[in-house]
Amino acid sequence: MVDVPLGSAGVVAAPDVEDVELYHPHSWVTKYVFSQDAKVIAIQYSFVALSVGLIALVLSWLMRLQLGFPGVFSFIDANAYYQFITMHGMMMVVYVLTALFLGGFGNYLIPLMVGARDMVFPYVNMLSFWVYFLAVLILVASFFIPGGPTGAGWTLYPPQAITTGTPGGQDWGIILMLMSLMVFIIGFTMGGLNYVVTVLQARARGMTLMRMPLTVWGIFTASFMALLAFPALFVGAVMMLFDRVLGTSFFMPAMVEMGQPLDRNGGSPLLFQHLFWFFGHPEVYIVALPAFGIVSDLISTHARRNIFGYRMMVWALLAIGALSFIVWAHHMYVSGMNPYFGFFFATTTLIIAVPTAIKVYNWILTLWRGDIHLNVPMLFALAFIVTFVNGGLTGLFLGNVVVDVPLSDTMFVVAHFHMVMGVAPILVIFGAIYHWYPKVTGRMLNDALGKLHFWVTFLGAYAIFFPMHYLGLMGIPRRYHDIADMAFVPPSAHTLNAFITIVALIVGAAQLAFVFNLFWSLRHGRNSGGNPWRATTLEWQTPETPPPHGNWGNDLPVVYRWAYDYSVPGADQDFLPQNQPGPSRAAPGAGHG
Amino acid sequence: MAVALILVLVAVGSVVFHLVSPWWWTPIASNWRYIDNTIIITFWITGAVFVAVILFMAYCVYRFRHQAGRQAHYEPENKRLEWWLTIVTGVGVAAMLAPGLFVWQQFITVPDDATDIEVFGQQWQWSFRLPGPDGQLATSDTRLISPDNPLGLNRDDPKSHDDVVIEGGELHLPVNRPIKALLRSPDVLHNFYVPEMRAKMDLVPGQISYIWFTPTRTGTFEILCAELCGVGHPQMRGKVIVQEESEYQAWLQEKVATSFARLTPDTRNGAVVPD
Ligand code: HEM
Ligand SMILES: [Cu+2]
Ligand SMILES: [Cu+2]
Repeated sequence: MVDVPLGSAGVVAAPDVEDVELYHPHSWVTKYVFSQDAKVIAIQYSFVALSVGLIALVLSWLMRLQLGFPGVFSFIDANAYYQFITMHGMMMVVYVLTALFLGGFGNYLIPLMVGARDMVFPYVNMLSFWVYFLAVLILVASFFIPGGPTGAGWTLYPPQAITTGTPGGQDWGIILMLMSLMVFIIGFTMGGLNYVVTVLQARARGMTLMRMPLTVWGIFTASFMALLAFPALFVGAVMMLFDRVLGTSFFMPAMVEMGQPLDRNGGSPLLFQHLFWFFGHPEVYIVALPAFGIVSDLISTHARRNIFGYRMMVWALLAIGALSFIVWAHHMYVSGMNPYFGFFFATTTLIIAVPTAIKVYNWILTLWRGDIHLNVPMLFALAFIVTFVNGGLTGLFLGNVVVDVPLSDTMFVVAHFHMVMGVAPILVIFGAIYHWYPKVTGRMLNDALGKLHFWVTFLGAYAIFFPMHYLGLMGIPRRYHDIADMAFVPPSAHTLNAFITIVALIVGAAQLAFVFNLFWSLRHGRNSGGNPWRATTLEWQTPETPPPHGNWGNDLPVVYRWAYDYSVPGADQDFLPQNQPGPSRAAPGAGHG
Repeated sequence: MAVALILVLVAVGSVVFHLVSPWWWTPIASNWRYIDNTIIITFWITGAVFVAVILFMAYCVYRFRHQAGRQAHYEPENKRLEWWLTIVTGVGVAAMLAPGLFVWQQFITVPDDATDIEVFGQQWQWSFRLPGPDGQLATSDTRLISPDNPLGLNRDDPKSHDDVVIEGGELHLPVNRPIKALLRSPDVLHNFYVPEMRAKMDLVPGQISYIWFTPTRTGTFEILCAELCGVGHPQMRGKVIVQEESEYQAWLQEKVATSFARLTPDTRNGAVVPD
């Protein structure tokens, strides 16, 4: 075993920047509505994102009802079905997960974890939320317009997305979707710049980069990636909007529409796919990296053990972030692009499996020889590992170009991405909410309800999506409103579909227990005190809980050690807060700052 | 304790499900057995990793659960172990990628003796075009599409005279002869997918994509559209009928004959043979 060099304990550089004067709200409205406090903004983001999540959940019920009991619910016709999958997919990926991880957790945790008083640009931060809220309103409005929302699939592939055969294609649906995305990206950019600059510029004295908790690393890397990836979607959306509204031909070749020739020429449908996936693949990791970071901290805290291989974890995060920009066309193996691209993208895609696997090893090696407290957040973290490993491994099927050929566009894909970027990150979000709720409210969430919520959600989600792979392997395509009279589909597959639907309804219902818990515990939860999990990171060391505006009282914290001094031999308690002076046995930052 | 047990059950249960589930791929009907083999290799490797990771986790949860007096081991890094794991992972990944790329090379290299056919997908039906006696397909253009010429054939191209067009119907293919399907769409994206052939490729308006395969057993197989193409997407079905060479030739002769007859000036539908 190679020991990590000893840190220059106790020696902390003088501050580069003097403590800043904060903006002070003068009225209820500026304090809670148009607030510039990152913590309030975080709660606003989380509340809106979770509400959108509930809408998307209800949509998933409706889709599952149709798939499990085809024809029973006559209002779910093909039109409605495609609108539901599109809105469900887009909402979940962009408006729920991205917003929740970056806007919600990013806003709450970054300033607190790096020891800052607030984000560096509080006003822009406030705008970011309200622009996001506007994007949500535009999106939801499309349920109420003539023709309804777009049914183009969340990938919005043209020409289909803007032609008559698709719900909302020649109505307002697609226009509102594109506008909403553009507004979202504008809002995100304001927030994203904040998250990145705050991490780079506003860290407390002594908080070197290599002392930061992995949560901050994850959110930071994801924000940086999002700033690079979203512009591709933005230009794609602008071009498609022009095609739809002004009659340009960016993505429209010479074509007919319902037998009639259209006055378009020379555009490339594949161009949109490249733009979309140049955003879309990094997007998967924009959702995954914050989850990676958070789950690392949950595991370490609740196993009372330092995260194993911290430096490797940071480098793996960065490697995944960088590599994820050169794998996008693995979504396009059967798109009709030049087939020789397959060699390159299959290779890069499988290479990315290596840093990802390293992360998994280090999580379970953190459990090894730990002192594992099976609290609710820890349970969610364990469940995350199960679902993430499962979904990550099926990614090796789909990434390996030739294996993707029979599986692409089947229910195998649906099962895979739900496991890896639906269920896994959501489990982390739940774990994180159980973990940080006490800091946000000063009260604990109810444990019994939490365990109920956990078991139903974890086992239920696994039962929904694990068998689904086999339906795809059999050849059932995704985005099929109806799989009746397919010669190769045995009746047992319909039984399985009905089973999946029933489990999906149960899992959905279990979320109500969670929502109830959130509100109930606000008043009736056990008092948590400032640091109920006895954790090391700075957010647990605030003088008051919930932390007030400005977070730290008079003096900013000073950081003496990395985030993972758990169970240090010889210490008188099993955790040493980052701001506790004294020698740190391991300060991996020493050589690397 | 219960947690560790449930984790074990999840791992074991997944394997048992895999082994006993009645849901599995359709019996293959093409030369792409290699693809199936690569999937099997991938199942073995990933399955082993999955079980190992979950069981190890279950072991940790059981062995290192919190008990009075337990203290976690403080060990920030273990470079040797980390490098070993990285290398082993790299080897495992390479063991899946190498056969994958090898088969992909075959998948995209069309044999010289493959017969060109055209698969034409439009909202929401499949049409096909087979070369007549000359063995060659005529050029075509979306802008030539009209009620008389639903596939937009270039009538000035002499090769067009014997092309057999089958609109909205069944694709007949001879068994054991390699086929190169040229894929063409006049409107939106579609995807030509025959589960038994393990073959799948998008049809992209504005360009011609291709896919090749050799049907290896006779029978009727379903063609599905596997790329969302509007509300009619799930109804966009067709059939491939794979026949013995002799039956196929008989069928083709008949089509060619009617096709020629149709080309005489007084026919309204050009080369169209309603199925
Ligand atoms: C228990 C929870 C969920 C259930 C039951 C569920 C169910 C479904 C169903 C039935 C479909 C349509 C499948 C098809 O016909 O192709 C679908 C699509 C999708 N879901 Fe979920 N889902 C859930 C959660 C999530 C989450 C958390 C995410 C976040 C990533 C997500 C993202 C998507 C996406 C991106 C699509 C694809 C939409 C498209 O094909 O355009 N889902 N889901
Ligand atoms: Cu991807
Ligand atoms: Cu289609």
